[in-house]
Amino acid sequence: MPAPTPRDERMTGARVTASGWGWRHAGRSRPAVSGLDLDIRPGERVLVLGPSGAGKSTLMHALAGVLGDDEDGDETGELLIDGIRPRQARGRVGLVLQDPDSQVVLARVGDDVAFGCENLGVPRTEIWPRVTQALDEVGLDLPLRHPTSALSGGQKQRLALAGVLAMRPGLVLLDEPTANLDPDGVVEVRDAVHRSVQASGATLIVIEHRVAVWQDIVDRIIVLDPAGGILADGPASSVLTAEGARLAAAGVWIPRFPPARPRRRPLPERTGEVLLSTAGLVVGRVPFARRQPVVVAEGIDLDVMAGTATAITGPNGAGKSTLALTLAGLLARAGGQLTATAALTAVAAGGPVRAAGRGPLRGSLPGADPHSWRSRDLLERIGTVFQDPEHQFLAGSVRDELAIGPRALGLGDAAVADRVDGLLGRLRLEHLADANPFTLSGGEKRRLSVATVLATRPRLLILDEPTFGQDSRTWSELVRLLAELLDMGTAVVAVTHDDHFVDALADARFVMAPAAGPASAGAISTGTIVPASVATPTTAAETGAP
Amino acid sequence: MSMMTPEIRPSAIARVNPVAKLAVALLISCALMLSIDWVSAATALLLEAVLLAWCGLNARQFWLRTAPVWIAAPFGMLTTVLYGQDSGAVLWGAGLVTITEGSVALGLAIGLRVLAIGIPGIVLLATTDPTDLADGLAQVVRLPARFVLGALAGLRLVGMFIDDWHSLALARRARGVGDGGGLRGRARRFAGLAFALLVLSVRRGSKLATAMEARGFGSDEPRSWARESVFGRRDVVVVALGLAIAAAAISAAVLTETWRFVLA
Repeated sequence: MPAPTPRDERMTGARVTASGWGWRHAGRSRPAVSGLDLDIRPGERVLVLGPSGAGKSTLMHALAGVLGDDEDGDETGELLIDGIRPRQARGRVGLVLQDPDSQVVLARVGDDVAFGCENLGVPRTEIWPRVTQALDEVGLDLPLRHPTSALSGGQKQRLALAGVLAMRPGLVLLDEPTANLDPDGVVEVRDAVHRSVQASGATLIVIEHRVAVWQDIVDRIIVLDPAGGILADGPASSVLTAEGARLAAAGVWIPRFPPARPRRRPLPERTGEVLLSTAGLVVGRVPFARRQPVVVAEGIDLDVMAGTATAITGPNGAGKSTLALTLAGLLARAGGQLTATAALTAVAAGGPVRAAGRGPLRGSLPGADPHSWRSRDLLERIGTVFQDPEHQFLAGSVRDELAIGPRALGLGDAAVADRVDGLLGRLRLEHLADANPFTLSGGEKRRLSVATVLATRPRLLILDEPTFGQDSRTWSELVRLLAELLDMGTAVVAVTHDDHFVDALADARFVMAPAAGPASAGAISTGTIVPASVATPTTAAETGAP
Repeated sequence: MSMMTPEIRPSAIARVNPVAKLAVALLISCALMLSIDWVSAATALLLEAVLLAWCGLNARQFWLRTAPVWIAAPFGMLTTVLYGQDSGAVLWGAGLVTITEGSVALGLAIGLRVLAIGIPGIVLLATTDPTDLADGLAQVVRLPARFVLGALAGLRLVGMFIDDWHSLALARRARGVGDGGGLRGRARRFAGLAFALLVLSVRRGSKLATAMEARGFGSDEPRSWARESVFGRRDVVVVALGLAIAAAAISAAVLTETWRFVLA
């Protein structure tokens, strides 16, 4: 058991050196990283950028010593932390990952922070002071017995950071720590990181494709070259000036190079009939093993018109997703009216030929509330893109995945193949046609999840946080695609925290907020419609992007 | 309140080391599993009832938690009385159903057993936090930390299954394959959902494992424990009481010559 660590010991950051380092994952022909030469001085704060596929995450996992051994891949060259190999430097390095939910280890806040210290064999009497100090540094002012399941995304990420800080590492690694957070969560986590590395003097390495969030905190930016080695390395401002345009084209969010916005048809030209209309709608969810829904929002009056985009915005917990899923006919309404008009229920003439034995879709809807329809009846009317694409995948290959909707409609083989091939081309997925959807990258998964919905050509498209965690390239592709659909008369309803997305697409903003007073657990919200042209207080300047 | 952080009110029994509670539940269950007779079960139940008074559980909590056992016991009893192995004088009969002295005694023995095994088990586990149980198993029983903590962290994922299941079902409805096909379609959809949940859970599990490894878990270095699991005099007394109940139940049955060893 090591001797108690004096406070001063943590004031030393770790040095990171790489010489000709590379890693090839087992079973891949190309190395993920190759020919990397690096020298990061103790206490330096570094932002690592690079297009997806440049091996950023591989480098982080290697530094954290969790990349695996000879069975998992081939290593070349040398990667050292304070002169020793990362696997031997356990405890010198702490890693925070992207997904808030899969980093919480224990059920209570204090125990979770203590977990790393326990693994390092820190004596019990020293663990608890470290835990309180770490929670203090990340600004989590909660009782030690507070259940971790009750934390928000931003709080969970700060908890993970506290767990790392309590280990008193010389090197803190952050692998897209804010990609899955809303704008408030992003600022929370960024500030906590800033405070804590300043206090501890640890070396910091961050991967993020949103430069604006981190550029004021880091002293150095390193850009990895997908072809191997380093593309640019230096102070933040000079690297962004020299490489900004190229990085932006590769999908990195650079404030000075925002992604292009599509040109739109004027609103009056494309606005069509009302497709879906609500009056005093009440939405809620039925908790596990209960019968009565818990109401999250009420008094919702909203008209969704063909050719227009409505953005549902508001703080976490205001019931945005619940409203979207209710409009989509997936959740039962808890009260009020939800009416699909004839313009939505009547599927355009020249629709698909029905296979024998399947009932006609037209004219057989049991009611005006989409929740009363059969699953198949939704396909050509309302398409839903979920926040987590993985929830939507059903098939073993991208091609089969795209064919599911058209098949459920009863289209013939030729027509199905026609639609599938069209979408594969349009969304740049041809080269992945036979790949398993779960093996795609984040951006590819997002494109596929949108494509599966477009395959049945719904008149109304409902999207839940479509731009969460996307790089600027996927973002602009998505925006361009939605703009095209809107111009052709499709209606879009999107739940989003992304102000750029709202600015680029939305014709109206439906703002949800607790009806009275500030947001608190269990408060019931309501919503109001605001024209999108009205300027809204934005955190975009600070957070840069979605 | 959730499965992982149950709301445990301060009570005498909540302060007992979970390992002691687990030992008591196991001792009584094993003793009562050895025989099917009403005397041993009734003795155990009577002694448990006396001890429950010292547990410090309030009445509402007690009845709420043990409700399943109170429902299961009469059902077990009734079915055994009606359909169980017959012996002795026939008391009543109609078709397949015959009630005999033997089936009544057997039914009574089964009903009492369900109560005598179920009640202490539920009371002991309802007053135990999973984290404390893991601490006890690793520090007192000395089970491998890697195994105990892996299981504890995995248990947390179970809570997410419910949300995942719900989202998966909604996504299927949105994809046009959420209904239809009658009973067979329903069975196929259930299997599909279960498989999708399995895939999702494995992925979550492997991410969690990476996060744990990144915090130094699974190395060969000796581990320390932030929460000390103490097995004190109180815990020894509790185990002794459990042993006494088990011994009393067996003795009572043997002395009254009602002991029916199940393996004989």
